[in-house]
Amino acid sequence: MSNAEVVVTGLGATTPLGGDVESTWDGLLTGRSGVARLDEDWVERFELPVKIAARLAVEPTEVLPRVEARRLDRSEQVGMIAARQAWQDAGFGEDDVDPERLGVVVGTGIGGATTLLNMDDLLETSGLRKVSPLTVPMLMPNGPAAYIGLELKARAGVHAPVSACASGAEAIAMAWRMLRTGEADVVVAGGAEACIAAITMAGFAQSRTMSTRNDDPAAASRPWDVERDGFVLGEGAGIVVLERAEYAKARGARIYASLAGIGTSADSYHITAPDPEGTGQARAMTAALRTGDIDPARVGHVNAHATSTPVGDVTETVAVRKAIGEHPVLTAPKGALGHLLGAAGAVESVATVLSLYHGLIPPTQNLSEIDPGVSHDVVTGEPRKVDLDVAINDSFGFGGHNVSLAFAAV
Amino acid sequence: MADKQLTEQDIVAGLAEIVEEVAGVAQDEVTKEKSFVDDLDIDSLSMVEIAVQAEDKFGVKIPDDELANLKTVGDAVTYVAKNS
Repeated sequence: MSNAEVVVTGLGATTPLGGDVESTWDGLLTGRSGVARLDEDWVERFELPVKIAARLAVEPTEVLPRVEARRLDRSEQVGMIAARQAWQDAGFGEDDVDPERLGVVVGTGIGGATTLLNMDDLLETSGLRKVSPLTVPMLMPNGPAAYIGLELKARAGVHAPVSACASGAEAIAMAWRMLRTGEADVVVAGGAEACIAAITMAGFAQSRTMSTRNDDPAAASRPWDVERDGFVLGEGAGIVVLERAEYAKARGARIYASLAGIGTSADSYHITAPDPEGTGQARAMTAALRTGDIDPARVGHVNAHATSTPVGDVTETVAVRKAIGEHPVLTAPKGALGHLLGAAGAVESVATVLSLYHGLIPPTQNLSEIDPGVSHDVVTGEPRKVDLDVAINDSFGFGGHNVSLAFAAV
Repeated sequence: MADKQLTEQDIVAGLAEIVEEVAGVAQDEVTKEKSFVDDLDIDSLSMVEIAVQAEDKFGVKIPDDELANLKTVGDAVTYVAKNS
């Protein structure tokens, strides 16, 4: 282990708030919502109780060349868009990094579900010959990572972690490890998700974890609010470029922040519900602080996972209190973005990095009356101006996967 | 929809449309001497798609082992003309 410092040099995203980082960040600061009523016919055809979702603000087909877009699943499209943005933002062009020193880690929760569904339909209605020869590359969950690796010529390693709602953050944690062990100098990491379809909506709806506030979509995702009734499904991608600090400094890169520490743990409690004691979540945060040798007192902000579920939101604050204390200022970006599943941990890492970089914490949307179980200071209304030293981003996935990322100002 | 009398020109034009649709190659680039792989940068998966669309357009089935032998646009034109 070289214990090399890891820094963030590039950011990319396409989300329900905007087709890039700037518009997404602006949306978070100004209190926009990415949630709207779904107009697909299958909502009424199957009488789904959930009729709202957070669709992309910019369609990938408006950004990608037609021929490229037709060969990619929607999850691969958004991953590619965000990756190219991040790569360019880091100041890299073609062939700027030795391929054997470049890695990619991009996770997804569900992968190419829409391809699987569409091709299955085609097989049933039109037979074998209509099934695209690209079906498997489009549906495989390592697709987003693999296509990005192909595009950027990454040969150190291309990986695709899957841990539900923690996938995007887990990817960033894995990238940190690759850099610390000296396997790579640069790693492009994040998450991509685009699985809004009848069956996924129906499945989540049946698990009774989604909001049914169909008459007021923009108000449906309301983390920590007493009236919250479940999460809102979203789609999008978030990608960061991570580098060994020495490498970044040598090429004069602009450094947003350092990724000072990472922590992971597992709940082993229930397949969807978090441990109400928050013990596993707290262990992940403690581990992030330990690997970064960070005194908890330095953590001024936690960008929370909080998904707007009655059960999960308060538990997270219990965990924050256990691992860090009462002092960090909290915000929950899912109020504005909805829940981007495998991309959430990455998009929210982008927001956390920008909070450090700009000294600005975006408000939590739709927080009218805060749950009495929450004692932390939560940013609402206006963005909070504050010079931050360390900010933590938490992501917890169905299955009890806990990932905590500790970013630090440079 | 296969015409009764497909001219060579019809076939080249038809293939050019398909190649542009599948692989984004400009139609006027698709000429008889061009190699699919070396000149037009078309990979094996795209060739399968092109064969399926050609079958729809010209009514000519192209089995996998025959497809492997179609190296140039001209080879494909000859095959379609012979079997239509």
